[in-house]
Amino acid sequence: MPRNRGAMTQVDAAGATSTGAAPEVPQVEVTLTVNDTEHHLRLDSRVTLLDALRDHLGLTGAKKGCDQGACGACTVMADGKRVVACLALAAQYEGRRITTIEGLAPNGELHPMQAAFARHDAFQCGYCTPGQIMSAVSLVAEGRAGSEEDIREFMSGNLCRCGAYPNIRAAIRDALAEG
Amino acid sequence: MHPFEYVRATDSDQAVAVVTEDPSASYLAGGTTQLDLMKDGVLDPDRLVDITRLPLGGISHTDSSIRVGALTTMEELAADPVVRERLPFVWEALLLGASTQLRNMATIGGNLLQRARCRYFRDPTVAACNKRSPGSGCAAIAGIQRMHAILGTSDHCIALHASDVAVPLTALDALLHVQGADGTRTVPLTQFYLPPGDTPHIENVLRHGELITAVEIPLLPAAARSHYIKVRDRVSYEFALTSAGVALVQEDGVIREARVALGGVGTVPWRAWDAEDVLRDAPAGADTFLAAARAALGGARPLPGTAFKVELAQRTLIRTLETVAGAES
Ligand SMILES: Cc1cc2nc3c(=O)[nH]c(=O)nc-3n(C[C@H](O)[C@H](O)[C@H](O)COP(=O)(O)OP(=O)(O)OC[C@H]3O[C@@H](n4cnc5c(N)ncnc54)[C@H](O)[C@@H]3O)c2cc1C
Ligand code: FES
Ligand code: FES
Repeated sequence: MPRNRGAMTQVDAAGATSTGAAPEVPQVEVTLTVNDTEHHLRLDSRVTLLDALRDHLGLTGAKKGCDQGACGACTVMADGKRVVACLALAAQYEGRRITTIEGLAPNGELHPMQAAFARHDAFQCGYCTPGQIMSAVSLVAEGRAGSEEDIREFMSGNLCRCGAYPNIRAAIRDALAEG
Repeated sequence: MHPFEYVRATDSDQAVAVVTEDPSASYLAGGTTQLDLMKDGVLDPDRLVDITRLPLGGISHTDSSIRVGALTTMEELAADPVVRERLPFVWEALLLGASTQLRNMATIGGNLLQRARCRYFRDPTVAACNKRSPGSGCAAIAGIQRMHAILGTSDHCIALHASDVAVPLTALDALLHVQGADGTRTVPLTQFYLPPGDTPHIENVLRHGELITAVEIPLLPAAARSHYIKVRDRVSYEFALTSAGVALVQEDGVIREARVALGGVGTVPWRAWDAEDVLRDAPAGADTFLAAARAALGGARPLPGTAFKVELAQRTLIRTLETVAGAES
């Protein structure tokens, strides 16, 4: 089993490990595939996917609200499924296809869900918005935007302190109708 | 967060060997409990063994049971058509838990091993927590209670087991398949969790390094007519104040088989054996349901902050029984 202490640990053919000048804090070599681009990073093993995206890749669309999995501001997709990046260890997501809000509009043309949010004024301060939109796009893909009740239930992992919920739901219904 | 070495396991035997040999090592599955508590400083392993690449996913069916690989996510399990059709209360409990994002990450093994939501347990600046530091006392008993247990508590701990899906799985006598350094064993879920007693830090019968490989859920005929009700402080995305999972077999208005478990009230997912005894061979109706609910909560030891749960849990159970009994075709 590879003991991933970054470049510092080598496992030889006999399975014995030889450690070079080990750093104080264990590091990991991680290749993250974000919005179809591969990034090779050397990270403190404690770095979350959210911090890797924001602090190491400059993708600040995903927001840090609670940092405890409770608010949904950090929602991104892994292999097409929505997850909260604050409770994901970056190293654990190596090899998985990560999509962030930046990846929704690669050519600068708004994704239909983004356009619907803008049309419906589905935000006030905007802090929760990238997470709401990533969740809303997933919601539609999951086939769960069929009723008002389902939209409420399956968007409940995204909190909005400004209370833009009615507009958020209207935007989702509209995007679905357009879609 | 305490620094740790990240180890990506590719083989179950080696994962078990590494964690068994190293008292400061922990497994990492979906991470939604483990990382959360590491950030809060409640857990501080020196080595974290990522098991998500192990071949422990997948769901297989026989006529009499479903075998769910421990790494199956809550969303994956909820999407299984057999779960939806033949185990409706399992399906409901899965989808009423957490959020879609968390359910896409959270594994069934991790769910059953999730840790207490007690705010005193989760805050290392609070000195008194017997679960975190054995012998230090219990700040919750003298403090603010709400999301705490009233059944199975002790003078040393009142922390709740907050899993939703563990409630129907307990009612169904699900089995855990466990791999240890010395081989494999199976443990019935009803014997897996340990009430706090005077050792609240020991929560279940797993030995350090033992890996849950699968959860086997019997496909009982009773489960086809089952229901899970969860009562919360808000409509969605919240832990249960009280919950009930019920499966019934009825014949001409008489209950022939009853499976009943409660959430939100027990230090462990609570199998309501006393309620089942009242229900079996009794006429399905208000008097029976009330008697069953009273029996289920008979041993409750509420504190001021949890006193409301005694009545609420009974009403939750009665409503669930009514719904299942009323669904008789
Ligand atoms: C905001 C929030 C809301 C939530 N709401 C709910 C809710 O309403 N209902 C509900 O039921 N739950 C809820 N949860 C809890 C959630 O369901 C659990 O955190 C999750 O199921 C844990 O699974 P995981 O795969 O992420 O486990 P991890 O966090 O990876 O692991 C949990 C523990 O189990 C150990 N472990 C994991 N897998 C194995 C294995 N196969 N063998 C041995 N040990 C193992 C780990 O070492 C760790 O100690 C919520 C969580 C959050 C953060
Ligand atoms: S920042 Fe991740 S859920 Fe709040
Ligand atoms: S728009 Fe401000 S938090 Fe949602």
